[in-house]
Amino acid sequence: MSEKVLYALTGLFETPDQIIDAAEKTSDGGYKKYDVNTPYPLHGMNQAMKLPPSKLGYAALVFGLSGTVSALALMYWMAVIDYAHVIGGKPYFPLPAFVPVMFEVTVLSAAIATVFTMLFVVFKFPNNSHPLHDTEYMKSVSRDKYGICILAEDEKFDENGTLKFLEELGATNITHQYFTEDSYATWWSVLDKKFAGILAVTAIATSLVVYIGLNKVLYMQPFSWMMEQEKLNPQKGSVLFADGFSMRNPVQGTIARGDLPYEYAVDPEGASKLVNPLPITEANLQLGKVKYDIYCSPCHGFMGEGDSRLRGQFPNPPSLHSEKVRDWTDGRIYHVIAMGQNVMPSYSSQLSRNEKWATILYVRALQRSLNAKESDLQ
Amino acid sequence: MSTVDYSQELSVVEGRPSLRELDDLISKPLESKPDKKFFIAISFTGLMLLTGITALGASFIYGTGLWGNNNPVGWGFPIVNFVFWVGIGHAGTLISAILFLFRQKWRTGIARFAEGMTIFAVITAAMFPLIHTGRPWLPLYLAPYPNQHSIWPNFISPLLWDVFAVSTYFIVSLIFWYVGLIPDLAVLRDKAGTKVKKTIYSIFSLGWRFSNRHWQHYEMMYLILAGFATPLVLSVHTIVSYDFAVSIMPGWHATIFPPYFVAGAVFSGFAMVQNVLIFIRKIFNYEHIITLKVLENMNKIILLTGSLVGYAYAMEFFIAWYSGVQAEQFTFINRAFGPYAWAYWIMISCNVISPQLFWFKKIRTSIPIMFVLGVLVNVGMWFERFVITVTSLSRDYLPSSWAYYTPTITDFGILIGSFGLFFTLLLIFTKTLPVISIAEVKAVVDGAQPTHKDH
Ligand code: HEC
Repeated sequence: MSEKVLYALTGLFETPDQIIDAAEKTSDGGYKKYDVNTPYPLHGMNQAMKLPPSKLGYAALVFGLSGTVSALALMYWMAVIDYAHVIGGKPYFPLPAFVPVMFEVTVLSAAIATVFTMLFVVFKFPNNSHPLHDTEYMKSVSRDKYGICILAEDEKFDENGTLKFLEELGATNITHQYFTEDSYATWWSVLDKKFAGILAVTAIATSLVVYIGLNKVLYMQPFSWMMEQEKLNPQKGSVLFADGFSMRNPVQGTIARGDLPYEYAVDPEGASKLVNPLPITEANLQLGKVKYDIYCSPCHGFMGEGDSRLRGQFPNPPSLHSEKVRDWTDGRIYHVIAMGQNVMPSYSSQLSRNEKWATILYVRALQRSLNAKESDLQ
Repeated sequence: MSTVDYSQELSVVEGRPSLRELDDLISKPLESKPDKKFFIAISFTGLMLLTGITALGASFIYGTGLWGNNNPVGWGFPIVNFVFWVGIGHAGTLISAILFLFRQKWRTGIARFAEGMTIFAVITAAMFPLIHTGRPWLPLYLAPYPNQHSIWPNFISPLLWDVFAVSTYFIVSLIFWYVGLIPDLAVLRDKAGTKVKKTIYSIFSLGWRFSNRHWQHYEMMYLILAGFATPLVLSVHTIVSYDFAVSIMPGWHATIFPPYFVAGAVFSGFAMVQNVLIFIRKIFNYEHIITLKVLENMNKIILLTGSLVGYAYAMEFFIAWYSGVQAEQFTFINRAFGPYAWAYWIMISCNVISPQLFWFKKIRTSIPIMFVLGVLVNVGMWFERFVITVTSLSRDYLPSSWAYYTPTITDFGILIGSFGLFFTLLLIFTKTLPVISIAEVKAVVDGAQPTHKDH
């Protein structure tokens, strides 16, 4: 830039009355692109400059109401649709209980939106490369002077005429303000080396902090969840016992009460020989249904069709109505419950022997419900 | 007396300082090196903070068993302190938003400072629910974000409302404070001596140009924010009171709780602001801006809210009797005459009796006396939260589980630490940002506004 381009003419005034007067005359004089800079807002300046009322209120209204609506919609979706469950005997959709959160979200979104709209949309801040920035003029109006600034791009502007005009108004320190190199900054100054450097450093630092925080710090002493406890774990050493193990073997030649060892642990086909000891009574089926609904239905579905309720967080099991399972003996199914099968875990610790057999009775009933025999018709 | 001319508004800033003098006066603490007094003060508060950090560190390593909390009093000190500090914060918003809507010009000198106190008080307060969970590094679980557990927070729990209320309150206060600071930062930018300072102020003042085309929107925005902050501040302590009132504990389950808590919050907050301002105006020579009149006005509000709180205490007793519910009646008799009677009577004498002295103008305008009364009010308000939380829990419906709650030394360490944190932040604030709003004060100096003679 060899040739300096004129941005505006500025002049200073000493008292609030003078500046109001000057602003009035400037707007009456037909100038449109001018500004008044004062250290604090002056009463009556809007009228003097004939500014239309600020429309920020609409931003607050629109964003506030969208906050209310989205808070309600989100809570409705979360508490009624996505994960409906009864809390404290209240209905799924207790509107009064949603009001506090709706209110807070309204205020939050309205406040943020109003300020952001003002700063970034209306004012187009941050803007530290404005031609008036860092001038003597700015330094005076930021403290105790009242300034007026008529832009060169105004239609009525002509350098000498406007200069005269300002003099007539009684302005002092009339100055030509020029565009600076900086004020031509455009969006690609984002690619500026310094800025890109700061961005890169911030990105690396943030990633490091997050990585170290989540993967290292969270596993340090006070953060070690409840993992570190004084109790003896099976694989831990112990000073209590002579052999140095914390695990104990059962006393030789004894078994715990009710704990008959399962002899076909590694022999599924052998288990086929087992016979269901329970008679088919209503009580047994009822027991089987209760246990099935609790322990099996989350994965296998209430009807055993493999329609899991776990939303894909665990592999869906095959249907229990397959020919394969229908043809299995009760003993073979018993083996699956007792030992698990591939990803399906063992249910030995949750179900007693009788309960396992009862569950099998119920599974059989389910199978019959879809594949009824001819004889069932009678 | 009769010579006062009520048709003329009294000036809120004494002595007609010139605008330039105001700039220099307010920004002086930022431009001068901190003196000895500052270092003494900050090492004192720093020591308090260190005590708190030590106590907290021990709690993290050895667990919350170091605290007095136990069955049946699960809420002990952390919740007492939380409610206390949130309450302190309320004065700031009241001064900056509600008094703004009521066009109380005397607020201009103290608004910035009180807002700062709000932010620091909320930071201090927010620490307590977090540590009270015992797993303060997992606060994200409080937020409704899609997580691998596939569950959402419980939106009908007052504790969750609290999360929303306090975080909204913090963010809105911070925004309010920051936009108020922008013009002042621009003043500092234009005054700045060194390049570093200038760069920092330039970044944070965003290129503010004192343009009247901007002031116009700015004033509108301020009005809107004040309009939102007013119901917000009322909602925050209302929701804090729901933490208690929505449960069915005797002594908590009362509809008077929300207004009673809000009054209490304003009460203690004003006492705290008054206490700190007494020092600030003296140390930084702001006596002309934060005039005795301002302090007197604050004392009047303390008197008003103190009486409201006293009324609420009485009403609680009345309702307990009137309800005919045995457990309620027992709780209140137990408060006044049970094992925690000492706390109850500290509360009554500090909160109900001592502020009544402010009826006398002599007392209202005597700095040493009002300082002492302010301290007493805060002691009383801390005990109020203690009485509410602890007496109800320690003797609830089931006499077999009654127990006496005794705080431990760790509890006190954390309490001291919270004061340390609050005051350390305040001290840093006085040295880094203008504690009085330069632009706002300039606008209310005599002769700062046009006379509009010719209209
Ligand atoms: C955690 C989910 C889960 C639960 C709970 C569960 N299962 Fe399974 N089940 C599976 C999966 C997955 C398979 C398929 C395993 C494989 O890959 O072979 C399976 C397989 C089976 C099979 C063999 C099916 C076949 O075609 O090979 C039977 C029988 C069975 N389960 C019965 C039960 C019973 C009875 C219960 C209740 C005690 C139960 N399951 C509980 C996940 C589960």
